Amino acid sequence: MFKSKNILGTKDLLKDDIITILDTADAFKEVSTRPIKKVPTLRGRTVINLFFEPSTRTRTSFEIAGKRLSADVINISGATSSTVKGENIIDTAQNLEAMNPDIIIIRHSLSGVAEMISQFIECPIINAGDGYHEHPTQALLDLYTIREAKGSLKGLNVIIVGDIAHSRVVRSNIYAMKTMGMNIKLIGPPTMIPVEIKSMGVCVDYYLEDAVRDADVIMMLRLQTERQNKFLLSSLREYSNLFCLTSKILKKAKKDVLIFHPGPVNRGIEISPDVMESTRSLILKQVTNGVAVRMALMYLLLGGNNDSIN
Amino acid sequence: MTVLIKNGRVIDPANNIDAPKDVLIDKGKIKAVESPGKISTGDLKNSSTIDAKDCVVCPGFIDMHVHFREPGFEYKETIESGCQSAAAGGFTSVAVMPNTNPVNDTRSVTELMLSLAKTKGIINVYAIGAITQGLAGERLSEMADLKDAGAIAFSDDGCPVMNNELMRRAFEYSKMFKLPLIQHSEMLDLTEGGCMNEGTVSTELGLKGMPVEAEDIMVYRDIALLEKTGGRLHVAHVSSRNSVDLVRQAKAKGLPVTCEVAPHHFILTDEAVRGYDTNTKMSPPLRTRKDVEHIKEGLRDGTIDIIATDHAPHDITDKQVEYQNACFGIVGLETALPLTLKLVDEKIFSMSDAIKKLTSTPADIFNLNAGNLSLGKGADISIFNPDFKYSINVSKFHSKSKNSPFDGWQVKGKVLHTLVRGKIVYSAAEN
Repeated sequence: MFKSKNILGTKDLLKDDIITILDTADAFKEVSTRPIKKVPTLRGRTVINLFFEPSTRTRTSFEIAGKRLSADVINISGATSSTVKGENIIDTAQNLEAMNPDIIIIRHSLSGVAEMISQFIECPIINAGDGYHEHPTQALLDLYTIREAKGSLKGLNVIIVGDIAHSRVVRSNIYAMKTMGMNIKLIGPPTMIPVEIKSMGVCVDYYLEDAVRDADVIMMLRLQTERQNKFLLSSLREYSNLFCLTSKILKKAKKDVLIFHPGPVNRGIEISPDVMESTRSLILKQVTNGVAVRMALMYLLLGGNNDSIN
Repeated sequence: MTVLIKNGRVIDPANNIDAPKDVLIDKGKIKAVESPGKISTGDLKNSSTIDAKDCVVCPGFIDMHVHFREPGFEYKETIESGCQSAAAGGFTSVAVMPNTNPVNDTRSVTELMLSLAKTKGIINVYAIGAITQGLAGERLSEMADLKDAGAIAFSDDGCPVMNNELMRRAFEYSKMFKLPLIQHSEMLDLTEGGCMNEGTVSTELGLKGMPVEAEDIMVYRDIALLEKTGGRLHVAHVSSRNSVDLVRQAKAKGLPVTCEVAPHHFILTDEAVRGYDTNTKMSPPLRTRKDVEHIKEGLRDGTIDIIATDHAPHDITDKQVEYQNACFGIVGLETALPLTLKLVDEKIFSMSDAIKKLTSTPADIFNLNAGNLSLGKGADISIFNPDFKYSINVSKFHSKSKNSPFDGWQVKGKVLHTLVRGKIVYSAAEN
């Protein structure tokens, strides 16, 4: 059964944990298709969305997930929290805990914050993204979406393309995909690929056109356009010439390749608009499934088990 | 007033002594060091005796790299509390770095520090003046004035001198004063925003890395400039395998280069950063197993001259924050001895060599009148039980700050008494 107290990352999730989460999400997915999109599962529970970094998709997804489970969801953003008045982040967390929430969901621009806070409070925590470290719910919804499309995960070839160094999505996906027996190749300019990343059990290459051939899944990453000011890029033009997923490049790929992007997309830089709208793109499915996966995580963290959902 | 320290094992590397001996102190000075039982206090008035059974009796330790935060950051440490921390660690002399507020780049700040040390400090304090005004790396400080006020070396520690031309001129200018330049070697443009060693662990943790080459390049540059200009270079807290090799090569050429290592750099690796404990955040950062092995070899073969703690106290408000935002550094003075003794246990060096790197060698490099038990010398003495086992407890630290990654560690080697000029300035609590 599911034993984790927090979801800080995918690194420590066992294969059985991941399967439990995905199976549970399966059971919850249907709720979002009902005319009355609500189950009483977490009625009376309180979920706090504590977001120190701007986010639309992830924050909304957690909020909807909580509400569809009938939890009371409170949103706190960095701009409205006391930390802008100089309050220590641990004090903020302890103050929130003092109001007896059942889950705190934390997003922060710096690596390690969710883990640090977990050492100071007892309330279960879900890491909604910390710096360049982990973004476990994103990886889990990616796995869910891949499994839904392909039927299984083991042995699939995944390429992840773009700014590897500054991506928490990459790290969480590497851990989770390795656990599920998938093969990962990272593609991007060497300036954006950490020197030591191979120690995480992945391959590295620089040429998108070659790499797409064997891929079952192509995962494009968002490029933060300000990176060109840090010597990492010559120009956005050259970046998109080398790493933009266009229909021309896609012709070299398998017919049934899946295209992912964690969003938000810079259209024309990472993915050309026609590819984004093609049937191979599962970008919006990822978003839909994100709600189900997050419902599953809240449910499991609060002691639910997969057998008792109906 | 006389003090007899008896039944101890006296280790005085400068005089090649490592034997059971008694030490007699009179009027604050070493009066006699004799075989056990030879000195009698029977006919001496006003005498007291310290039983040093099972203990090593050695010159008080010297730490050439501490931050006592005064003036400017007294909430982290003061000269008074820093001295107490030092005494508790067996140190009787320290050299304080100039990154205070105001910076110690002028006579008046040096004088303030030394006068505070005299009135409130229980051990000897030496001051290190800034190389450049305000540590800004733009103009040389008034080195003649600083030396006249008491500075014993120059350093922009923490704000390494990046400008090559300026560093060259600093070497040249400092030659007039025959004092060493101490460099914290770090190419800042390679480490901007970094908070730990760049490598496997930083990659996994998603923390911005500080590549080891940032240190190597500056060590190489400084040695190259030194070779041209003359002067003296002391490389602070080496942490990388290449900087050890570079210093070794420079010494082989006969260049006047010395270097130090901090205990955390020979005990810990960047693996300690997992879990994001900000007490593992220091600069230079904890490196890899390979670097640690090179450092141990450097200690063994003498490439690394001395052990210095880089004592960097920080208040909990500066450490109990996001890893990226935490201050660099740890309390060093109160854990240096047991950590160093680990290397004696590992047979990296002998007990005597370990003590030498904490006493006579730093005294020689910085020309201090300390670090030995020669007759007539001021009786600065450390008495420690090398086999005493205990667990490190930061809440018992004498430093104002408690930032240490070694809290709870089971260690061996406890300072029981520290004497400065014959006076007991620290005795361990009964336990």
